[in-house]
Amino acid sequence: MPPISDIFFYLFAAMTLFCGLMVVANPLSRNPVTSAIFLVLTIVSMSGLFVLLHAFFLAAVQILVYAGAVMVLFLFVIMLLDIKEEERRKFKVISSGIGALAVFGTAAIFLKSIGTTQWKGATPTIEGSTVALGKLLFDKFLLPFEIVSVLLLVAMIGVILLSRKELK
Amino acid sequence: MDSLLQHWNSLAPLTQSVVFSTLKVLGVLFLALLPMVAYSVLAERKISAFIQDRQGPNRASLPLLGSIPILGPLLTKLGIWQPLADGVKSILKEDFTPSYVRKAYFWLAPAITLIPAFMTVGVIPFGSTLGSQKMVIADLNVGILYTFGIVSLGVYGIVLAGYASNSKYPFLGGIRSTAQMISYELAMGMSVIPVFMIIGKLNLSDIITHQAQHGWMALPFMATQQTFASYLLWPCMIVSFGIFLVSAFAETNRLPFDLPESETELVAGYNTEYSSMKFALFFMGEYASMITASCMMVVLFFGGWSLPFFGLDQPATSIIGGLAHIAIFVAKILFFMVVFIWVRWMLPRFRYDQLMDLGWRRFIPVALANILVTAVVMYFVR
Amino acid sequence: MIVDRKPLSFWERMYLPSIWGGLKITSKHFYNTVFKGQTGGNTLSKGYYPETKWDVAEGYRGAPYLVKDQDGATKCVSCQLCEFVCPPKAIKITPPGADSQSADRKNAEKMPREFEINMLRCIFCGFCQEVCPEEAIFLQKDYSLTGLARGEMIFNKEKLLSLGGTSGGIQKWKHKLEEAKEQEVFPVETK
Repeated sequence: MPPISDIFFYLFAAMTLFCGLMVVANPLSRNPVTSAIFLVLTIVSMSGLFVLLHAFFLAAVQILVYAGAVMVLFLFVIMLLDIKEEERRKFKVISSGIGALAVFGTAAIFLKSIGTTQWKGATPTIEGSTVALGKLLFDKFLLPFEIVSVLLLVAMIGVILLSRKELK
Repeated sequence: MDSLLQHWNSLAPLTQSVVFSTLKVLGVLFLALLPMVAYSVLAERKISAFIQDRQGPNRASLPLLGSIPILGPLLTKLGIWQPLADGVKSILKEDFTPSYVRKAYFWLAPAITLIPAFMTVGVIPFGSTLGSQKMVIADLNVGILYTFGIVSLGVYGIVLAGYASNSKYPFLGGIRSTAQMISYELAMGMSVIPVFMIIGKLNLSDIITHQAQHGWMALPFMATQQTFASYLLWPCMIVSFGIFLVSAFAETNRLPFDLPESETELVAGYNTEYSSMKFALFFMGEYASMITASCMMVVLFFGGWSLPFFGLDQPATSIIGGLAHIAIFVAKILFFMVVFIWVRWMLPRFRYDQLMDLGWRRFIPVALANILVTAVVMYFVR
Repeated sequence: MIVDRKPLSFWERMYLPSIWGGLKITSKHFYNTVFKGQTGGNTLSKGYYPETKWDVAEGYRGAPYLVKDQDGATKCVSCQLCEFVCPPKAIKITPPGADSQSADRKNAEKMPREFEINMLRCIFCGFCQEVCPEEAIFLQKDYSLTGLARGEMIFNKEKLLSLGGTSGGIQKWKHKLEEAKEQEVFPVETK
């Protein structure tokens, strides 16, 4: 009987992969709302993986921000715009061939890089304390932090500008 | 009894803690939370009735117990047996699924509303210790983030309920409620940051022990040792508590922010297509989230299970002390539940644009300014 | 008409005076109800339903029932006007066929073979009473109708007649008989 953290890892990893697959390739329903709900489940299982890595703050913030706010807005937009299921398009050979080539190429790169990395293979020892994270954000990684906030500001201003009504 | 104790002591500590955690979860859920939900429905009906010049439920009675000489009619007049009648009615009523709903989401939505409301109770310390066991199901170091995360998951139930019902009024109610809840989540989260800045930890039990020693956040004079710093920070804490209180009303869709389920406008909002047991689940979810919001307010601003006299500000060393702490906590929660119920009939409903205006354009700037002012005051005091 | 909307003062915008006012009003009502017993039931109706029943006003639209005339005969002649005017289609009349028995009274050609009102569909609008040419159906003062099954709530002719009572009304057929008797030749029997 493997240790309980291994069981949880397999459980969460399987859930993440399954729900991620269901977002894009759901054989039962092509409803966009179903895809959004599966994406929420993917995010929740990923936060479970974060907990196993002892990054409690990241896990909680993942649920709080991603699953709780971003995905709700996604669902909101899907429902408000009444996006229906897409019609099935005709199968085109050349596009599918190029797509398959891209997928297999990316998969080959991933597998090669996973195979040649030296994994440390130990359970995490540092308890991800929130105080330490806060200190890091404000002294070693201050510039990236500020740049990310400027990025968000630019996105918001762009949205407001694009959706402004013309002043008569 | 002795053999049971022997068997208990022979188990590994891991098994012991797993068994006791399961007992705690089941005990809190079925012995504390569900009866509190049922009786808070009764309390709402009685208090609303008294404010509205009428009597409320006073006729439900059990066959034998109702005829005990003086106690029977008194309890019946108080309506104590009414939640039993409501439960039996919910079980026996026809649970009707209309043909035009989206069945999977229709069935999931009440469950998705109820589960986060119950999960949040897992981190709340409703007492200090009882014997040697801590009176909190999960003593997380990021307790408050867990709480806010789970509360934000509760929005999904309402979104899906409105979407699944596939008809005008529930859809409008669901969308309105979603927008309202995500707006006030922001204000709620930002308004409690000053509390954590002062205390320095995110663990809910540590918050209570800090308040037990240095004075409650909202009432700094309830302390065993008064400090000047806590009085200086009192205005910031009042602002913080005010924003949190109003945001809690908006999060639980209670008046004056109950436009998503207003009877005069939207029939019953997202509840319209639901009957009997599923409606009962929504109803229980709403009252459970009210209880959770009251718990959060008590823990963060009113000192949790502690009182500044009779030595009740230290973690309990005896069973009596442990029980006293639990009783104090429950009394404070009941006070806030009465506040929730009272405010429902005190204030008229907010119009939707006024509601969103309040959440985004008034509360968020005030909460941000509050964080800044608290930081400045703390810098000069330390 | 121009409504004068003055801009709100600072304290009104802070909303705290409204909260205080609301608190005062609700506390007063709470105190009066709990400690002085001044509930709506006690002050307006001197008691609670079902111990104290209220006085039904005249013209109250309760449940519709068929009436008999002063001689005990059915007034309804199965014209089916009420059936056609009923908005929720709660009335169902089986008219007498060509060879069924005639009415149980003089000078009326027919009466309904079966007359059913589904009390669960009735919306108590009063159109049937308004449209009836024979003054045969009236909305009376019965307001609480309960039953244990859906079939129980479909009232048939006997039940409606028994609950309706007697109402002479204009007695149009009696006057028509007297007018007919004064004619030289009249085609109807005068049994």
